[in-house]
Amino acid sequence: MEIPYTVKPRPDTGIYNAKVGIWLFLASEVMLFGGLFSAYVLLRVGADEGYWPHGWLDVRLGTLNTVLLALSAITTLLAWVACKVGQFGRFKFFHACTMALALTFLGVKMYEYHDKWIHYEIKLKDGRFADGHMIASDDTSVTIEGRYVTDEKALYDLRSQGPIPRDEIKISRSDILSMENYGPWHNTFLALYFTLTGLHALHILGGTLVIGYLWGPGSRMWKKDPERFTNRIEVSGLFWHFVDLVWIFLFPVLYLT
Amino acid sequence: MNPEIQQFPPSRHSTAGHVQEHGHAEDAHHQESAHHEPNFWQKYIFSSDHKIIGIQYGITSLAFMWLALMLMLLMRWQIAHPGKPVPILGPVLASILGQPAAGGVISPDLYNSFGAMHGTMMIFLGIVPLAFAAFGNYVVPLMIGAPDMAFPRVNMASYQAYFLGSLVMFVSFFIPGGAAQAGWTSYSPLATSIPTHGQLFWIIGMVLLITSSLLGAVNFIATIIQLRAPGMTWMRLPFFVWAQFVTAFLLLLAFPPLEAASLMQLMDNVAHTSFFLPTGLAVGGNLAHISGGGSPLLWQHLFWFLGHPEVYVLILPAMGAVCEIIANNTRKPIWGYKSLVYSVLTIGFLSFIVWAHHMYMTGMGTKISTFFQATTMIISIPSVIILTCLFISLWGGSIRFNTPMLFALAFLPMFGIGGLTGLPLGFNLSDVHLHDTYYVIAHFHYVVAPGTIFGLFAGLYYWFPKITGRRMNEFWGRVHFVCSLIFMNIVFMPMFAQGMAGMLRRMSDGGANYSAAMNSRAGADVVGGLSDNMMSLHVWILWAAIALGIAQIPFIINLFWSIKHGEKVGDNPWQATTLEWQAPTPPPHGNFEHVPHVYRGPYEYSVPGHDTDFTPQNEPERPVGSKVSLATAH
Ligand code: HEM
Ligand SMILES: [Cu+2]
Repeated sequence: MEIPYTVKPRPDTGIYNAKVGIWLFLASEVMLFGGLFSAYVLLRVGADEGYWPHGWLDVRLGTLNTVLLALSAITTLLAWVACKVGQFGRFKFFHACTMALALTFLGVKMYEYHDKWIHYEIKLKDGRFADGHMIASDDTSVTIEGRYVTDEKALYDLRSQGPIPRDEIKISRSDILSMENYGPWHNTFLALYFTLTGLHALHILGGTLVIGYLWGPGSRMWKKDPERFTNRIEVSGLFWHFVDLVWIFLFPVLYLT
Repeated sequence: MNPEIQQFPPSRHSTAGHVQEHGHAEDAHHQESAHHEPNFWQKYIFSSDHKIIGIQYGITSLAFMWLALMLMLLMRWQIAHPGKPVPILGPVLASILGQPAAGGVISPDLYNSFGAMHGTMMIFLGIVPLAFAAFGNYVVPLMIGAPDMAFPRVNMASYQAYFLGSLVMFVSFFIPGGAAQAGWTSYSPLATSIPTHGQLFWIIGMVLLITSSLLGAVNFIATIIQLRAPGMTWMRLPFFVWAQFVTAFLLLLAFPPLEAASLMQLMDNVAHTSFFLPTGLAVGGNLAHISGGGSPLLWQHLFWFLGHPEVYVLILPAMGAVCEIIANNTRKPIWGYKSLVYSVLTIGFLSFIVWAHHMYMTGMGTKISTFFQATTMIISIPSVIILTCLFISLWGGSIRFNTPMLFALAFLPMFGIGGLTGLPLGFNLSDVHLHDTYYVIAHFHYVVAPGTIFGLFAGLYYWFPKITGRRMNEFWGRVHFVCSLIFMNIVFMPMFAQGMAGMLRRMSDGGANYSAAMNSRAGADVVGGLSDNMMSLHVWILWAAIALGIAQIPFIINLFWSIKHGEKVGDNPWQATTLEWQAPTPPPHGNFEHVPHVYRGPYEYSVPGHDTDFTPQNEPERPVGSKVSLATAH
C-alpha cells in the first residue's frame, strides 16, 4: 500500500498531508513564541519602576525591516501563484526577490546587534555613568561616543528626552568602577530582545534555506511533478507567512513601546 | 476472519522504494531498475517504517526505564541506610563516578543527581516514548488501516532526535560534577546556581527531546486525520486511537512553552541573562553577578504549563490500551464509547488550565489559587467518567483472565487510588499540608507506576503476538504480574503515611537528621520529627523496591525468549475486532496488501446472530438476507 494524499487532497478533509502537517507545526510555533511573549509580559510587569527601557531600539530600522518582510510575504504569495498558473520563470523571479529581501532583513538585524554590542554603560567611581558607543580602547583608557548622566534612570527612558548628545568622551580606566556592553546580560529587556529576535532570525534563516533549496536544486521537481512542487511552495510559503506574522508582533512590542 | 487480506504474502518490493521516491523524485527511475534488499542498517537502524521505529522506541525506552529503576534502588538504599556504602553496586559506582561516590557511599550531591535523572528518565526518556511513540507508532497506523505514518522520514528524524537527546542525558553522568541536580522540574534559580555543567546537558537534552516529540505529535495527528481507511469514521476509531490523538495534541501545544523556557534557561546559563534570576540573588553567600530582574515564578508557570498536560500524556495512552484489552477480554462492547471519547477530549482541553495547582505554595495569590482549584476539581470529572465506563464494561462479561487482562484489571483500582489521592492535593487548603511531602510522591507514583506502567505492560503482552507472531509465556507473565502488584503497593502505600506525618521530598538521608534534631527537642513546644515507626518504613520500602526490581527479571527474559521460542500464533490470537489484527503477522512494509474497508465500530463483540463472538471492523455487512427483506418490507 502506498501512502495516500501526499499530493491530492483527501476528499473529506479537503487538504493534502503536508498541509495538515505544516498547520500543526505552526500551531506549536504559536505556543513556542507564545511562551516567550508571556515571559515578556511577566518580566515587564514585574520590572522595577523606571527601569524598563523605552526607545532603545531604532524605530527607523525596525520599520525598514517590517517593510522588507511585508514585501517578501507578497513575493512569496506571487511565487506560489506563478506555480499554480504554470509560469516557472516568474516563480524563479519572485522567490529570488523573497530571498534577497530576507537576506537584507538579516543584514539589518546584524547591524542592529552590532550596534548594541559596542554600546557600553560605564559606571564611574564618582557615581556618574558614561554611556555610548565604544570607538577606541587601550590599557589605560576607553573612548566612547556618548554622554555622562548622574541618574542611571536617565539611561532607560530615552523617548521622553530630547536628542541624545553624542560627544567623544575619553575615560581613564582608573576612573571606571565597572563597564558592561548592551548584550543580553545587561538587563531583562535586552535578554528578551536578543532571545526573541534571535529565535525569529533563526526562523528567517531556516525559511530562507528551505526556499533556497526549493528555488535551486529542489526545483528540478517542477518538470516531473509540478503539482507536488507547487504544494511544496505552498507549504513553505505558509511557514514564511507565519514568520512574518511573528515579526508583526515583535516590532511594536520591542520597538514601539 | 478476512480472507481478502490474509492470503497474500508480504510485499516488500512494491513499497520499499516508495519513501525515498518522495525525497528524490529525480532518481525515481533509477530505483525501478536497481532494486536491492535493504541491508541491516537500512532496515533496522535508519528505517522509516513506523513499525521498526516503534520497536526502536520501545527498546530504547525500556532500557532507560530499567536504568531509572536502578537509580531509584540506589536512592532507596541511601534513604534507608544513610551514609552506609551500597552493597555490591557501591564499589562499581565508586570506580565509575569517582569522588561523588567515594567509598561506595552516595553523597548528597550524587543523590540529587540520581533523583533528578530518575524523574527525567522515567518521564521523558521512558514512559512518554514508550506509551506514545512506541505503542503509538506501532499500533495506530495499523488500527486506522494506514500503510504508514503520514511523514515516514519525519518519523525517523523524531526517533533520531530522541536518541540524541537521551544520549546527551546519559553522558551527563560522566562529566565532571555529574548530571543535573535540580530535580526533574529544574526550578530556577536553583538549577542555574549549581556550579556544574549537568544542567546545561539537561537543557540541551530536553530541547532535543522536545523537538522529537513535536515531530512525533505532528505526524500522529496528520496520520489520524488523513490516513484513516475508507469507512473509518471518527466514531469508529478504537478508543486507543482517540487517546493517542489527544495525547499528540497535548504534546504539540504544551511542550513548546517548555521549549521556550528551556531556551531562556539556556540563555541564563550560557549568556548570563536573568530571565529567572531575581534581583539580589545570593549564591553561596555572595551576591550573584547578574543583572537581576528575572522571575523564578515564570519558570514554574512555563514548566507546569507543560507539566500538567504531561501527566495526561503519561496516562492517556495507557488508558487507551487498557480499554482495548478490556473490550477484547470481556468479549463485549465497551460501555459508553461516546462518553469515553468526549471525556478524553474534555480532559485534553481542561488539562491546559489547571497547571498552577502545582504552585499553591509559591505565594502567587489566593484568587489565582482558587481559580486553579476549581479547574482541578472539574478535570477530575472526566477522569472519573473514563474509569467508571471501564469498570462498568466488566459487568456481565465472560472475562478471560490472561496476562494482559490481569494488568489491565489492576490498572483500574491503582489508577483509582492515584487519582483520588490527587483531590486533597487539588484543594489548596489541604495542599498546604501535603505539598512537597512523600504524599505527593505516593500520589503520582500510583498514577504512573501501577497505573500507567501496568497499562503499558498490558499493552506489551497484548500486542506482542502481532509484532512477533508468538505469544509471551503466560505462566511467567502471571508471576510478573502478581509480584509487581504486591511489591508496587508495599513500596508506595507507606509513602502516603510518611507524607502525612510530615516527611518531605528530596531529603537524601530520608529525614534522619531532621528527625534527630526535632525529636531531641520534643517536649518543648516544637513539633517533633518523624517517629521511629515512620522511619522504619524506609527499610520495608527498600526491600520491596528491590523485590520489585527482581520481579521485572522474568518479564525481561520472557520478552526476549518469546521472540524465538514463544507459542506460535496466527494473525488474530485474541480474536479481536480492530484492524491491526486483520493485517498479516508481522505486518510487512506497507501493512496491508489492499486498502481495508471499514464497515462497523471497533467493539462488535458477541453481536447476536453472528457466527463468531467477534466481528472485525472490516467485515462487510451481510450482503443477503435480513437486510434485503427489511428494505423490501418498507
Ligand atoms: C485526576 C485527578 C488528579 C488530581 C486532582 C491531581 C492533583 C495533583 C496536584 C494538586 C499535585 C501537586 C501537589 C503538590 O505539589 O503539592 C499533583 C502532583 C502530581 N501529579 Fe497529580 N493529580 C491528578 C492526576 C494525576 C495523573 C493522572 C497523573 C499522571 C499520570 C498525575 C501526576 C502527578 C505528578 C507527576 C505530580 C508531581 C509533580 C512534582 O511535583 O514533581 N496526577 N497532582
Ligand atoms: Cu497537575
